Amino acid sequence: MEFGLTEEQRMLQESVSGYLGSACALPRVREAADANDTKPADVWEGLAQLGVQGIVTPENHGGVGLSMLEAALIAESLGGAAAPVPFVASCVMAPVALTQAGSAEQREAWLPRIASGEAVLGVGLTEQIGRRESAGIAVDDGRLTGRAMFVLDGMDADAFIVADNDGAMHLVRATDTERRALTTIDRTRSVAEVVFDSTPAQVLPGSVADREPLLATIDAGRLMLAADTLGAAQTMLDQAVAYAKERRQFNRVIGSFQAVKHLCAEMAAALEPCRSLVWYAAHAVRAVPEESRLMACHAKAHLSEVGRFVARTATEVHGGMGFTDLLGLHYWFKRIGFDRQLLGAPEIVREEAAVAQGWIG
Amino acid sequence: MDLAYGEEYETFRDEVRAFLAERGKEAPPQFSRGKSDAKARDWQRTLIEHGYAARTIPKEYGGYGAEPDVLKAHIIAEEFAKARVRAGHIGDDRLVPTLLELGTEEQKRAYIPPTIRGEMRWCQGYSEPNSGSDLASLSTRAELDGDEFVINGQKIWTSGAQHADMMFCLVRTEPDAPKHQGISYLLFSMDTPGIDVRPLVTMTGEATFNEVFFTDVRVPASQIVGRRGEGWYVANATLKHERGGLGDPNQAETRFLHIVDMMRNETIDGLPLMEYPVYRDRLLKLQGQMLAMRFNGMRILSHAIKGEEPGLPRWIVKLNGCEMNHQMAGMAVDLMGELGVLYRGSPHIRDGGLWQQRYMLDLGLIIGGGTAQIQKNLIGERALGLPKEPKIPAGQS
Repeated sequence: MEFGLTEEQRMLQESVSGYLGSACALPRVREAADANDTKPADVWEGLAQLGVQGIVTPENHGGVGLSMLEAALIAESLGGAAAPVPFVASCVMAPVALTQAGSAEQREAWLPRIASGEAVLGVGLTEQIGRRESAGIAVDDGRLTGRAMFVLDGMDADAFIVADNDGAMHLVRATDTERRALTTIDRTRSVAEVVFDSTPAQVLPGSVADREPLLATIDAGRLMLAADTLGAAQTMLDQAVAYAKERRQFNRVIGSFQAVKHLCAEMAAALEPCRSLVWYAAHAVRAVPEESRLMACHAKAHLSEVGRFVARTATEVHGGMGFTDLLGLHYWFKRIGFDRQLLGAPEIVREEAAVAQGWIG
Repeated sequence: MDLAYGEEYETFRDEVRAFLAERGKEAPPQFSRGKSDAKARDWQRTLIEHGYAARTIPKEYGGYGAEPDVLKAHIIAEEFAKARVRAGHIGDDRLVPTLLELGTEEQKRAYIPPTIRGEMRWCQGYSEPNSGSDLASLSTRAELDGDEFVINGQKIWTSGAQHADMMFCLVRTEPDAPKHQGISYLLFSMDTPGIDVRPLVTMTGEATFNEVFFTDVRVPASQIVGRRGEGWYVANATLKHERGGLGDPNQAETRFLHIVDMMRNETIDGLPLMEYPVYRDRLLKLQGQMLAMRFNGMRILSHAIKGEEPGLPRWIVKLNGCEMNHQMAGMAVDLMGELGVLYRGSPHIRDGGLWQQRYMLDLGLIIGGGTAQIQKNLIGERALGLPKEPKIPAGQS
């Protein structure tokens, strides 16, 4: 019995965090954000050296073939650095969709290129979770017409995986569509609105009569967003504690005031159990499949709540400085805010958790 | 991650299950109150014989004498809980570990065997009216007169004092020493002349606590554990044990399942509460917190197996666990709405008023064993490394 990470998993996470700490520190994040660059070539290349893009892609398709837990550890590191990297959709959701539902040709065409970092896939499944502004996609004779909103990693994508109104997933080349950027609070990730007008598409055959690949893809994305929030919130807490040890008022460091100390303790008390929840939820995907949907929902929803609490509280601990652009704390604040809404806000996801355990129909 | 226990432990689990299937019916009810009766003592003796109680207490002190094994202890607790059979105990999980670590040979032989058999019950004399969170400021005096300590003063919040045979007590023996260095740890019988126990009725309507008054209570000097002036350090070994026990995630799981049943069975306008999205969302929020604490508990267990100090995951258990239990009780009361305010003896009452009682009693647990605010200081200072509040010299404020 071992509830924790293996030595290899720890080393993987340390190498990704270590790399990001030097190659993607705050000045680089800021520079990329100011240039609207959500995939800076140097960072992307550096991560490819570590095998990040291929983490869950099977080895026979050029990937590393590791589990959702390793992917979550990477997502946590990326969130911890607020790294501008199209990871969640392209490196995790798309490989899950292709592996579970793609044809041999589709897998061969895309998985090796995703794993090497050569190609980026955007994923647009929002309408399968909660449709806004009547978006949606109709299929006619294999061609798509309609609109997908909030396509994750969409502006960096060479192709998209989107779901039609019946939930079947399709591969579409970006050049065959019209896309426009949706500017969000979080300038470290891209989302696109993609318009289809009798656009040629390839259906992922395994997703036509079986909803499971679609749901597994959403679960994987939710897990990654939860892990991203875990990393981002941990960074905010660490920064708040460091600031509280250094900033002096009334001839004392402010961390010696209980009013400030208790805010830090409350953040730590809320956040630390989240680490175990994310580990378990990621582990469950392979090891406890009957619980995996429920756990992915809870990880997403619970991290959204704790993340929001930590984001505002850590900002408050920094006083006026926390509110400035100069300190840069807002990159993590916004990252957490983004993670919360994408692929289902907590209220939506908790309803799905109720369904997943048979509480409601 | 490896959630399997392995063959040795699964075999052990089978043994525990077989024992429970065969002998479980001899157990007294789970939560019987008041003085421990003969049936409870027989059951405890059976459990010790089989290694399911006092498992790691050495044989010469009446225990089973097994090597410590965290996972086996966990399996025993888990299987007894699942079978809803009353588990064994070590008499007093604050005192017995302290005596084992710091008691004299005579003390161990005199007190551990009857305590683990359930024949000698203890109460803890720590808190005083003016020394709660700042326990080390306690002022109950013990002065050496020949070969006896003479105790004068008062304790409060003393759980179970009205039923206890013995007290382990902190007293000030060196009034001129700095506050942490002037305390001693004494053991004495509650029958000693000069002890007056007055039950303290709490907001639940029951007397779980007491005030205990000492007037010239004479205790042989040999009844000290550790040396004079070292009582604070002796006591800290036991405070550690108490804090670990409060906020146990298993309790939250049991409550949660009860609340799920309630959501299915209670109705408003004929519709089960589970059909109301607002109640459902609240239930799911609690479930998320509970799962996070369940897995946090598994992480702690994993550290404990390897003999490692878990650090932060451990520091947060009391704070989060007690708070979560309280929220669950509050939710159960809210689910019942008007029915939720019914209390003992009322018609239409649910579960005998259990949830209202818990909602109140849990507040006592949030306060007791180190208040939530003290827990936050500990997390802030010990786990996050934030500096302590500067000391204000005595007499200023």
